[in-house]
Amino acid sequence: MSHHLPKKLRTDLNPSRLLTFKIDGRDVSAREDESILAVARQNNIAIPTLCHLDGLSERGACRLCIVEVRGVAKLLPSCVTFPRQDMEVITNSERVITYRRKILELLFTERNHVCSVCVSNNHCELQNLSVELGVTHVHYNYLYPQLAVDASHSRFSVDHNRCVLCLRCVRVCDEIEGAHTWDIMGRGITSKVITDLNQPWGTSETCTGCGKCVQVCPTGALSEKGKSVAEMIKRRQFLPYLQMMRGRQEESWQK
Amino acid sequence: MAKIGLATTWLDGCSGCHMSLLDLDEGLIALADKVEILYGPLVDYKTFPDHADVTLVEGAVSSEADKKNILHIRARSGVLVSFGDCAVTANVPGMRNRYPVEAILRRGYVENADLPLLKEDEAETQTCETTFQEVPRLCRIARPVHEFVHVDVFLPGCPPPPEAIFYLLSELLAGRIPDMRGRTRFGA
Repeated sequence: MSHHLPKKLRTDLNPSRLLTFKIDGRDVSAREDESILAVARQNNIAIPTLCHLDGLSERGACRLCIVEVRGVAKLLPSCVTFPRQDMEVITNSERVITYRRKILELLFTERNHVCSVCVSNNHCELQNLSVELGVTHVHYNYLYPQLAVDASHSRFSVDHNRCVLCLRCVRVCDEIEGAHTWDIMGRGITSKVITDLNQPWGTSETCTGCGKCVQVCPTGALSEKGKSVAEMIKRRQFLPYLQMMRGRQEESWQK
Repeated sequence: MAKIGLATTWLDGCSGCHMSLLDLDEGLIALADKVEILYGPLVDYKTFPDHADVTLVEGAVSSEADKKNILHIRARSGVLVSFGDCAVTANVPGMRNRYPVEAILRRGYVENADLPLLKEDEAETQTCETTFQEVPRLCRIARPVHEFVHVDVFLPGCPPPPEAIFYLLSELLAGRIPDMRGRTRFGA
């Protein structure tokens, strides 16, 4: 995530175009630089998400926000797809809902998410999504991978068994804290979030110990030490505020 | 109205789902006239009946005995319910799946056991020999029930809340296959 898109300055000479399109048959208007997901939410159309978090850049990692676009064969992730004039978007077709369930089920099979003994039980976005999408069991065989817990940091621990690779930790560390301690290694199903050069978190030289990664993590993968089952309640309300304040600093530097 | 025959059983579970069933409290009285319990840990019958209209299966399939029993139960059950997270996902019994059976047994019965009668030097040389002569052989991994037999209704939860169990049984009594979505979820 080293290459942020530069924020486009909107001026009278370079206005952002407005356009109209349809979501689930409803006429909506949007700026051209707003994602379909953002426009849907402005219009109270619910699309489930997991890797999206207000205040962070979009990653398109979890694919739960997929939608149908008329005339396009593929399903498109609405968080990183932008509207075009007269586009027709469908967010709740049987096809979309079926695929979302499959994606969620596969997330459950890829790691060892044992909800009943998790620090984030009751406060988990993955667990809540299974209710929201009506997943009562998983159709695929569980993989039961052998994954480690790193508790070398003095205040936090990372349990890779519960990671969904949403990369919120990577983004918040890079974009808000500015440390870029977290990153990702490997490919596909064997990917793993790492600190610094894939070393124990406690030995990381770049980590500031701010704990933002823990607060934004949707599951029990990142947690505070000393928390037992169902005790890890995360707070994320600081994020949009921090993003706003960081933006103000950048503006003042540009003057 | 004829009563429905209900069987309950547990495989590799902790009995917590059955405790949640008992937690129906006065709901049990409401069901008592309509349900006959044919088999299960809550009653004293020794063999599974020739036919149960509804069977609640708690626990994951974890041993050779579980494998044999679940096939036997499936063949003699009308509606088979995966009862709780261990049956639905393998849950806590599945946490051993990352390690070989030998390592699990050594951890449970040698490393974590008190060995007061052995001298120190003897304890160090104590090995774990697994023979499975008296107890069923553990499978390499614990798996959810639906990976072995067809399951009609899934009731996740650790344990499933009594309200969800009551809803499930009420719907089955009314002759409907219940839709459990939104009434319970994975986890405690």
